[in-house]
Parts: sequence; structure tokens; C-alpha cells
Amino acid sequence: MEQQRESTTLGMWIFLVTEIMFFGGLFTAYLIYRIQYPQVWEYCSRHHMEFKLGTLNTVILLCSSLTVALSVHAIQMGQKKLTALLLFATVLMGLGFLGIKSIEYHNHYLEGSVPGAFWHMEVENPDGTHYPAPHEYQLFFYLYFVMTGLHALHVTIGVVALALIGLWAWQGKYTPEYHNPVHITGLYWHFVDLVWIFLFPLLYLIAGK
Amino acid sequence: MATQALTVPVERENYLNAGYGVKSWLLTTDHKRIAILYLISITLMFFIGGFFATMIRLELLTPQGDLMSHDTYNKMFTMHGIVMVFFFLIPSIPATLGNFLIPMMIGAKDLAFPRINLLSWYIYIVSAALMIYVILTGGVDTGWTFYAPFSTTYSNTNVLLAGIAIFINGFSSILTGLNFIVTTHRMRAPGLTWNRLPLFVWSHYATSVIQVLGTPVIAITLALVAIERVWHVGIFDPKVGGDPVLFQHLFWFYSHPAVYIMILPSMAVMSEIITCFSRKRIFGYHFVALASIGIAVLGFLVWAHHLFVAGISAYAALVFSLLSYFVAVPSAIKVFNWTATMYKGSIAMRTPMLYAMGFIGLFTMGGMTGLFLAALGIDAHVTDTYFVIAHFHFIMVGGAVMAYLAGIHFWWPKITGRMYPEAWGKIAAGLVFIGFNLTFLPQFVLGYVGMTRRYHEYKPEFQVLNVLSSAGASILAVGYLLPLVYLLWSLRYGPLAGDNPWAAQGLEWKTASPPPTFNFDETPVVTWEAYDYDQMPKEVPVGS
Repeated sequence: MEQQRESTTLGMWIFLVTEIMFFGGLFTAYLIYRIQYPQVWEYCSRHHMEFKLGTLNTVILLCSSLTVALSVHAIQMGQKKLTALLLFATVLMGLGFLGIKSIEYHNHYLEGSVPGAFWHMEVENPDGTHYPAPHEYQLFFYLYFVMTGLHALHVTIGVVALALIGLWAWQGKYTPEYHNPVHITGLYWHFVDLVWIFLFPLLYLIAGK
Repeated sequence: MATQALTVPVERENYLNAGYGVKSWLLTTDHKRIAILYLISITLMFFIGGFFATMIRLELLTPQGDLMSHDTYNKMFTMHGIVMVFFFLIPSIPATLGNFLIPMMIGAKDLAFPRINLLSWYIYIVSAALMIYVILTGGVDTGWTFYAPFSTTYSNTNVLLAGIAIFINGFSSILTGLNFIVTTHRMRAPGLTWNRLPLFVWSHYATSVIQVLGTPVIAITLALVAIERVWHVGIFDPKVGGDPVLFQHLFWFYSHPAVYIMILPSMAVMSEIITCFSRKRIFGYHFVALASIGIAVLGFLVWAHHLFVAGISAYAALVFSLLSYFVAVPSAIKVFNWTATMYKGSIAMRTPMLYAMGFIGLFTMGGMTGLFLAALGIDAHVTDTYFVIAHFHFIMVGGAVMAYLAGIHFWWPKITGRMYPEAWGKIAAGLVFIGFNLTFLPQFVLGYVGMTRRYHEYKPEFQVLNVLSSAGASILAVGYLLPLVYLLWSLRYGPLAGDNPWAAQGLEWKTASPPPTFNFDETPVVTWEAYDYDQMPKEVPVGS
């Protein structure tokens, strides 16, 4: 049992390493184009990223990491119902995050900043006139949607996993001796949180509010 | 397998007779059965990839493009590359021999995550099925390298599905690597310290590290290509502000280390076979072990040597050239140590050893020509010529496939409980060696005098060497088909092998052949170092 616990924990850490490399490719592409088109990045971040919604989502995810951490502690103390409740709270916050993210996506759709067929974004000149956004602007949003989309996919997987673990915790499946699923799902959730901690400043804060 | 019961008087319980139903195979979590599932699947893919190679060599018999159109030819070499690299070479040794042997070599009942192991096979099958679907519905023509912007914008073939197939395939590779790392850390038998670990396990550990670190990068790169095709918005297409060189960086960040995913497991097989058939302890155990890790680390730092003519800066090219020389050092350490192991050994020329010795020679040539290519001046001259083709086929075929066949023959008695026919084995090994050299040695010359890769036509003066190459390929094909026949034959008619036909060291030989489902009746305790051949008979038994 002890060996199995250590194995699954190590397995999860290695899995998270692959996840870092997975996002790493995207961060590399982001870095290259940010260096290549600094003004575009600044413009898009200043005029098209909803700073307040992004901040709210950051707060929500940070709090959800706290509840997950507390749930791992609770199950070690043998408080099964409390564990389940904390996990359900995490699930709710995850859903909240996704809800806010979809509002943002919808706004991008309305303002025409979704790359591809719906693209009709315009850039404002200093004198107030507008002109159709060139290709580089699509690059920013391409990366924005792929990075946050991939992250949202991870949040969704996390929400489903946490809901299941929460349900099983409520049914009393986990004990202080056997609670590794809670532990490794928590690890995964912290990782999802951490990715957002990087995405948030890279996408929302580069204009220097 | 059912026939064994008829021919063997008293049969011990083993992993093969533990259940006969289809379900007992498709739902198995036994690492040995999963290895067999992989063995069958990758053998199928090998012959599909081989079919495309045959078509390429047939087309190149004559200078004119008379057998197929240039579009068809583009698809032939693309699918040869994709199938062989992603669906045969990368899973080859780890998923079959590694899967079968690692738990046994470390005295464990199974891998750390048996169900994830089965999952990885199913992922492989889904991706392979998708790839076969792509092949049957017209194939892909981008080259296995998927270079942008051709792959993202201009190719009219099904790049999207092919990309998805390789994306999915990556997860099977990642899961295998993850499983091996955790297994090596957590499941070793009492007394089996890292310093006593067989080099087979060390090498697979290094391979797994590359799989875990590299594969996600190609997955996300191909995902970006796929999204770019769907959205028609480019991050790799320069016409819309993207950077095609970024694609090449991301692609080779995985695909160069992928070469080490192919060659490190081959080195794993080498260390086992050369010690056994030389009846000696490995020369410089720690150097060989750490060379594996060294290759894994340095392998990640050389990717841009594929981009020397792609317009990277001269300083970057200088650094990557130098680093590419460095990566030859651990490989050379291994070659020297195997040779030193054979020195004054009591060498038995059995089939696995013939393949192994072929490996040393061909791998050395492949490695040395790699150094030519790491030199900036020569690389500019021979980039995209048959010199490069010959170089990497020496590593991938002369190295990886030779080692794969060596390993299959060496452990065949353990896997099936039967011996293969030794005379036929030697004939096949000879044919493979002769056929391989005849196929690829002329290509070094062809490339050096200027024949470029990926064209279905060529200048008439190149024809003699191309005919030699195609003739060699037909010998090579016979060399590959022969083992398929006699190994299947041996399943029923081969003599019983016994537990340890080679008098080899290693825990896998200390249990029955074929092994029982849980490998060992009781967990072994290891008190000796790896390759302790002083304790073993001085000769390989004659009857085997």
C-alpha cells in the first residue's frame, strides 16, 4: 500500500512534467512573437483583455487551490464529510472560472477578435480612426485562444475528476490511511492553478495597467 | 499457443497458458501479454512501412519517373517515414522487449501501473488505425517532418488527420515512459541497487526521460499545425505573420531526441547480448550507465543542427555544431566499452551476437557520418541529399532495427519457451547485414556527388548506384521476411528452450520459460552485480 501510494504520487509528478513541456511549446511560441511584435501584444492586451474578469478568475483559482489543500488535510484527519464539502467548493469555483472565461470568449466573439471566419477586428489609430487589424493581431489571439483554451480544457478535466473524488469522499471511500486519489488530484489541480498564474500576467498585464 | 499443450508432457503454469480467450488478451494487465500485443501491432506497421520503402526503391531503379507520379512518390516517402518513425521505431524495443523484460529484470511482478500499460497499447492501436485510415484514403505528402507552411497551408492531402494520429500516438509513448520511470524507481527487488541494475534498465530509464520530456512538445506542435489548417490563421505561415523556422525548432526539439528514443533501447539490448556471448562482465559498467543519461541530456541540446541552412544565426549554428560533437562522446564511450568487453572474451557466434556485432559496425559508421553532418561546411554541402538519408538509415536501420532483431532472437526462448532455428537465424542475420550495406553505402556516394532527396527522378549518371541500392533493398527484404517465417514456425516446432538456454546472467533467466504470470514464485533477493559472468559456465551451452 505504501509502495503504491509513493508510485502514484511519483507518476503524477512525472505526468505534470509532461504537462509543463506541453504548455512549454506554447510559451515558446508566445515569447517569439511577443519579441517580434511588441506593439501588437501591448495593444491587444490593453484594449482587448478584460483585466477585471481576469483578476477575478485569478482570485477564484487561488481560492480553489486553498480548498483543495484543505481537503487533503481534512482527509488525513479523517473528516470525510468535510473533505467532500471542500472538494465540492473547489468544483464550484472551477465552474465559476469556466463561466467567467466563457463570458470573455463571448465578448471576443462579439468584438470580432476570434481568429478565423469570425475575425473582423479593427485597430484604432491615435487620431481615432480605425483600420482592419493586420495578421499579427490574429497571432496574438490565436495564441490567446490556444493557451487559455488548453488551460480551460485542463480545468474541465479537473472539475470532473474533483467532482468524482468528492462524491467518493462523501460515500466514505477514503480514510487517513488511504486517500491518495485526493492527494494526486489535488496535485493536478495545483498545477492547473499554476499555469494560470503564468497565463494571467503574460496575457492580461503586459500593457502595464 | 494452444498447441503447446499437445507437445509438452507436463506443462507448467505460465503467462501464455493462463487463459486462451480473446478477452484474456484484450483485457490483460500482464506486462508480458501487452508486450506480445505490441509485438504483433508494430510488426504489422513495420511491413506497411516496408511496403512504402519497396515502392520508393522500385521507382528509383530508373532515372525517369515511370512507375508513379511525383505526387504519389511524395506520399510514398512521407508515409514510409511516418509509419516507420512513429509507429515502428519509437515503440519498437521499449514497448515489446522493454515491456516484457523490465519488470523481470528488476524482480517485480509487473510494471507500476499495469492498467496504464494496457491503456497505452489501446492508444497506440487507435492512432495506428487512424493512420491506416489516412493511408487508405489517399495519404499525406508533406514528408514525415510536416514542414510549414506547406503542411499548414498548401498541401491538399489529409495532413489534419495524420497530425491527429501522431498526436494521439504520442500519449502511448508518454505513458510507457512514465510507467518505466516509476517502475525503475519503486519496484526494484531487495538488494537491486542502482549500481547493480542491468544496463538494459538504465538505458530504458534514459529513454523514458526523453519520451516524457520530448513527446509533449511534438504533440503541441502538431496540434498548432492542425489548428492552423482549420482556422486558416498562421503561426507558422510567413504570409500571415508567422515563422516557419519556429516550426522547425519545435519539431526538432522532439524529433532529434526521438532518434535517441530509438537508439538508446538498442544500446540497452547490446549491453545484455555482448556480455552474455562474450562470457564477461561489462567493461566500465558505470561509464556505460551514465553514458545513457549523458545521451538523454545532451540529446536535448542539439536540435538546431537540422536547421543549419534554414537561416539561423551563425553563432547559434556554431554552438549547436559544437554541442552535436559532444553528443558523440557518450555514444563512443559505449562502443569502446562493448568492444573492450569482447576483448579476450570467449565469444560465441550465435545469431543475436551476429546482429550485435553488425550493430557496432553500422552504428559506428552512422555516428561518424553524423559528425560530418555536424560540421557546418560539410552540412551545407550535403543537406537534403542522400548522404543524410544514408546517415540516418545507418542509425535507425543499421542500429535500431539490427538491435531489435538481436533482442527478439536473444529473448525469443524466454518469451515463447522455444528456440528459433539457429542456422536460419544466421542466414537471415547475414542477409540483413549484406542487404543493408548494399542498400545504403551507395547512398553516401550518391548524396556526396549531389543527388537530392525526395525526388522521383534523377540524372542518368546516378543510375548504377541506385540500381545497387535497390538490389540491396530486395536482399534486405528477404532478410526481414525470413525471421517472420521461422520465428512463427518455431512457436510450434522449435525445440523447448529451458529456463536459461544461453547460461545468461540477469533475473529474467532465473525464472521459467515462458515465465509464470507473476514472473517469480518468490521475490528474488539480489546480492550480486550485473553481468557477474565469473559465476556462470565459461561457454554458452552448445545445444542452444
